[in-house]
This record gives sequence, structure tokens and C-alpha cells, in this order.
Amino acid sequence: MQPIIFAILTVVTLFAAFVVVTDRNLFHAALAMMLSFVGVAGFYIMLGAGFMAAAQLLVYIGAISILVIFAIMMTRRIMGTTEPAFNSQMIGAAVAAAGTFALVAFVVFSAWGPTGQVAAINSKPEVPQAVLDNMVVELGRRLVAADGYVLPFELASVLLLGALVGAIMVARPSGEEAE
Amino acid sequence: MLSDLLSLNIGDFLRGAFGATAGTELLIDALGVIVVSTFCLLIVIFLIWLERKVIARMQDRIGPNRVGKFGLLQTVADVIKLLVKEPFTPAGADRLAYELAPMLTVMTALLMWAIVPFAPALVGADLNIGIFFFLAVSSASVVSILLAGWGSNNKYALLGAFRAVAQLVSYEVPMVIALLVPILLARSMSTQEIIQAQTVPYLFVVPLSAVIFFISALAETGRTPFDLLEAESEIVAGFHVEYSGMKFGMFFLAEFVGTLLMSALFATIYLGGWNIPLINLVITLFGGQPIDLTAIALGNWIGLVVFFAKMFLMYFVFIWIRATLPRVRVDQILDFNWKFLVPLSLVLILVVAVVDKLIPANASGVRPLVHLVLNLGIGLATVEILRRRGREARLAATGGDDAAHDGHGHDDHGHGHGHDHAHDAHDAHGAHPAAAVAH
Repeated sequence: MQPIIFAILTVVTLFAAFVVVTDRNLFHAALAMMLSFVGVAGFYIMLGAGFMAAAQLLVYIGAISILVIFAIMMTRRIMGTTEPAFNSQMIGAAVAAAGTFALVAFVVFSAWGPTGQVAAINSKPEVPQAVLDNMVVELGRRLVAADGYVLPFELASVLLLGALVGAIMVARPSGEEAE
Repeated sequence: MLSDLLSLNIGDFLRGAFGATAGTELLIDALGVIVVSTFCLLIVIFLIWLERKVIARMQDRIGPNRVGKFGLLQTVADVIKLLVKEPFTPAGADRLAYELAPMLTVMTALLMWAIVPFAPALVGADLNIGIFFFLAVSSASVVSILLAGWGSNNKYALLGAFRAVAQLVSYEVPMVIALLVPILLARSMSTQEIIQAQTVPYLFVVPLSAVIFFISALAETGRTPFDLLEAESEIVAGFHVEYSGMKFGMFFLAEFVGTLLMSALFATIYLGGWNIPLINLVITLFGGQPIDLTAIALGNWIGLVVFFAKMFLMYFVFIWIRATLPRVRVDQILDFNWKFLVPLSLVLILVVAVVDKLIPANASGVRPLVHLVLNLGIGLATVEILRRRGREARLAATGGDDAAHDGHGHDDHGHGHGHDHAHDAHDAHGAHPAAAVAH
């Protein structure tokens, strides 16, 4: 059962991702991006990370995708606009994408690489049953515990605050205009 | 085995009948999905009749009374009419978005019912992230409104979709923060555990959280006074203006299912769900043993009845609000959210967290009482601040009124400006009778 679901999810996610970059209709591309996000949420569920799946839905579909669609609606002439496949940012985007791919590939292969490590990954890590039963509680504790991930967690909130202030500064009319 | 069936432990009954295999589990899951979604789809027929009848009574009308006894079959007739109507697609519509939107909206509306606990043993999926799952799916449901608004190729639909995004995305914020309070108190996001944690219904522990949740629930379901996304008098019907027949019916259905879901969630989170906390409280006060619905023979049936009573009580309140309040203005709606609900809910979660940490759990009865007192205190303080702000605003308006009045006196000789001033002053008097008397 599991491999079948995994296969379906993979096909859906990759197909949607392919549509995102090839569809000339921006609105449809955004819809395909949402489908791709849903596929990723499905992977999280398969990995037993229900919380991550719900967070994926909430953040990527409920917020980011809607913002993207909203931006499309605000800036495009209604319906039927098609965009050229390439623009001036093509090279930069290609470099960034290749770099990210290389990074991920490096991490994956260094973990799966030569002997020993493959076994370490294949063998299931020892997780106490109590942790598995209370995954959400444990996740919450780790996120705010002093010996856990409280620093990155709080730093992320500072980053978001910075983005918020920046957005307000950009959107605000300058002094003379406001008068 | 039959006793399992009679006490509504249908899962156990099926396992007993077919053996505990993977196939049986699949059958149980499939049956659960079919039963819950069929229930949702059919109850809407009753809900629409109920809403029309109750609103009619509140507005001193009779309401539907021709088809069937008390007009009970009116909605059935309406559904048949919708089903036989021609499905119509406007020219220039984005077919993909246009066709997808009604399906998605019903799907998300039904999906959220998975976490609703109808009785001790009757719940679709008792997820440990229950409330979070509801929030995630409800935030995704905005997508269907966007699709409908964009796909219809109609300016009113698009305007409705714009309003929908602004409103639904904003009101999610106070809703999430308000829901954090009961989660904090129950120390769980599972709906079943939240019910069992309520020895006192949370409505009487954190009433402010309940009020904030209720207001944001009104906005999230897009009902009056927050029905700007389909405001008939301004943008025809908003995002679903181009839909006809059953495609329109699906939006209508999703709205009613969504409202009933909000009532169910309110009953679950703030009123104790299928449990009977208030009765148990009285029993314990008289030294008796509280009734544990999960243990007694007909617990599921009692729980089901209790839950439905609470859910329909809340649904009645939703109808009541719809029948009595006018629509909020479009410029007020975001102000109200960001400048009032969000700060209030932030203060609330801060206070609740501090109280929860400071007062030990074993001091029985003290903690809920402190929560209640502080909640009422914050509520009263908020009302007082609002009153002061209102008074200042009125004073400022009266100041303007005075100036206009003086101007009127000076300009009395010449007619040109004097007339305008007099008009202004008159208007101000009309709007502020109290100020006029004071003057």
C-alpha cells in the first residue's frame, strides 16, 4: 500500500512542479504550485509527521500560494494572459537552482555514500515509544527548550519581524506624499 | 456483538463480524467517510429550512409554509429546482478554475468534519493535531473562493474574491490566537482530549477567548455581519455571481456546512462537546460520583444527543446574529480585525499563559476562577477603553459642530457660505442628539 501511495504522490508532485515552470498561463502555474505543495504535505503524512503536513497546508497553501494568486490578480489584465518562457533573470535563476540541487545532492550522497552510513540510515533509529505517542508535545518542547532549538526558533521570528517592518517601509508613502 | 451495535461502537461491531483484518479497517474508514459526508449533505436541507423559518419569525414574517408540513419540504423542492437547471459557463471563463472551485469548496468543507467528535466513540479521526488540522484546511478553503472569483471572468466576482482574501486571511489570525487559549488549558490539540479536559466548560473559564473565536468564526464563514464577499447590494453576489444550478448550490451548501461546523467546534471547544461537565460539577458538589459517558452503557447515545443539542444551540445563535445585525462597512472590517481583535487576543493569550504557569494545577477550582475573573477584567477594560475612545470621538465631532455653529452665526449676513454651514450644523445635530442637548 505504502509504495503505491508514494508513487502516486511523487507523480503528482513532480508533474505539478513541471507544469509550474512550463505553463504559460501564470494563474494555472500558481494552481499547479499549490498541487505540488499538497503533494509534499502528503509526503509528510507518509513520514508520520502530521504536524508538518498541517503546517505545510497552513503556510504554503493558506498563505503563500494565496498571496501569489492575489499578486497575479492585482497585476495582470483579467484572463488569458500568457507570459514568455524566458526573461532576463533566466541565468541567475538557473545558477540558483543548480546550486540548490548540488547542495541537496551533496547532503544526500554524503549520508548515503560509502559503507557504514547506508546501514546507519537503513536501520531505524531508536525512538522511545513515549516520544512517538506524544510527537506534537515533544516537538513543542524541543522548539522552546533552552537546550533545544529555542535560539533558531526565536531568530526565525526576528527574521519575520524584519520582513514585516521592511514591507511596511516599502508600502508606506514617503514623507512628502503623505502630506 | 449486538450490544456493540446498540451502543454505537460500530467499529467494534464490524471487527467482531468480519474479523480484525486490514480489509475491515478499510471498510470502517470508508463507512465513516460515507456516513459523515452524507450526514453533512443532508442536514443542509434541514438547516436552510431552519434558517429561513427562524429569520422569518424574528422579522415578524411566516417564512416557507407551502411545501409540506410547516414548509419542511421547501428546501427539497429548491434542491430539485437547482438540480434540473442548466449548468451554465460564462464566455471567457477560465474553465479549469471555474469548474474546480465548487468542488474544492465542498471538499474542504467536508474534510474539516473529520475531527468533529460526535460522541465518546464517534469521531472521524482523533488526530493529535485536531484543531491545527481544522485551521490548516480552513485556510486552504480560501483558495476555492479565489478560483471562483478569478475563473468567472466577472468584475463583481473578482471584487468579491479580493474582499474574501482580505477578510478570511485576516480573521484567521485572531481565530488562531483565540484557539490557542483552550489548547493551552487542555494541553492538547485533540478534540476528544479538549472535551475530556473540561471539568468546567471553557466558556465559563475563558469567555473572552470564546467571544473572539465566535466573531472570527462569523467572519470566516462569511456570514452577516461579515458577508462582504457576497454583499448583494454592492457587488451582486460576489464570488459566485456567475454560477448557476448545482454549482451555485455547492457554494451554498459549503457555506451552511461550514457554519454548522463552526457551531460544532464551538460546542466542542467551549461547551464541553458530548460531555456533561456542568451536570457533573453539580453532582460532585453534592458529593456524588461524576458520570463518565465513556464508561456507561448508553454513553454514546447520550453523548450524541448532548452534542447535537449544543451544536444546534450555537447554530441558532449564528442565525440570530444574521437576522439582527447589519453588514459591516468594507473599511471597518480590517480595522476591527487588526486594531481590535488581534491586540485583544494577544493580551488574552499572554495573561492566560502567565496565570496558567503561576497557579499550580492541584489548587482545585482556583485556577478556573482566576482565569474567569481576569477574562472578565480584560473584557471590561476593553469596553471601558472603547467607551472613552467613543466619547473622545464624539467630543471631537461636537467641537467641529461648535465651530460650524459659530461660523453660521458670523456668516448669517451673507447667504453664500452661511447656508452650507447651517446645513453642516444641522447634520451634526441630527447625528448627535446628546451633544445638541448639551449645547
